[in-house]
Amino acid sequence: MSDIQSAVPAQHVHRDDVGSRMGVWLFLFTELILFGGMFFLYSVYRFMNQDAFHLAAKELNTLIGTFNTAILLTSSLTIALSIVAIRNDNKKLSIFLQLITLVLAFGFLVNKFFEWSAKFQHGIYPGSELLLAKEKGEILFFGLYYVMTGLHGLHVIIGMCVIGWITVYTIKGKINKDSFVKLEGAGLYWHLVDIIWIFLFPLFYLIT
Amino acid sequence: MIENQNTHEAHAHSYGIYILVWLGLLALTVVTVTVAGLNFGALTVGTALLIASVKSFLVLKIFMHLNVEQKVFKVFVGVALLFIVISFALLFADYSFLRV
Repeated sequence: MSDIQSAVPAQHVHRDDVGSRMGVWLFLFTELILFGGMFFLYSVYRFMNQDAFHLAAKELNTLIGTFNTAILLTSSLTIALSIVAIRNDNKKLSIFLQLITLVLAFGFLVNKFFEWSAKFQHGIYPGSELLLAKEKGEILFFGLYYVMTGLHGLHVIIGMCVIGWITVYTIKGKINKDSFVKLEGAGLYWHLVDIIWIFLFPLFYLIT
Repeated sequence: MIENQNTHEAHAHSYGIYILVWLGLLALTVVTVTVAGLNFGALTVGTALLIASVKSFLVLKIFMHLNVEQKVFKVFVGVALLFIVISFALLFADYSFLRV
């Protein structure tokens, strides 16, 4: 260590990375309650309207759903790798991987936009005449579909904001090889968004 | 080493395991889409949920670092998941026998 560095008094930094991560996990548990409640609702309505759910699910585009699953899984990989990169002191790669995550997240939303637009054009949207004319179970299916994938989409948007903010921090050097807990927290949130989609996908797109 | 703080270790951190898990997740997605095409009857939902659970387990353990996290994290996640399972069990203990 150089003389200049050693002359600087050791800074006393109050930092508890384990505590910070635990804080994020506790927040994720509240998210689990939020989505859990909706999964309860879904399971009971599906149990009571099995045939109608199967019929309604045929309207959904399995291909676009599968594609979005792959996109979200890949974005989960890139955010996880960006943590490895910053730990290896490879700032440029970490920033690049965070930006790729943002691009993939945006791609997910673009797909979602086209998917919903197609539904709207076919006259299937909450409260539409065509939908209300359908059987009760099908109305419930599409209600749950719009609320659950909509809320998930909102989480994707929030996740993008958080990751964008983290990327700025990384560029500024506030997130670096010795202090990257903020990036870890954003990553944890993003992985939860991914896990929720892992369950939404088969429950809405793969009922045949 | 300062307690409870991320520190920079000298050895390089590996990218390999994450890429491996990602490939596994994509493979399981292909499996779940393929299986949904077959008709397993009542088992279809169960198979889909089983595959989704395996995928979530991989994400939790590797991507979310539960494999290297302190034990208290695993206990917390375990308790949270246990309560979801209990809630579902109670929910269907009720609805399975509902006559309408």
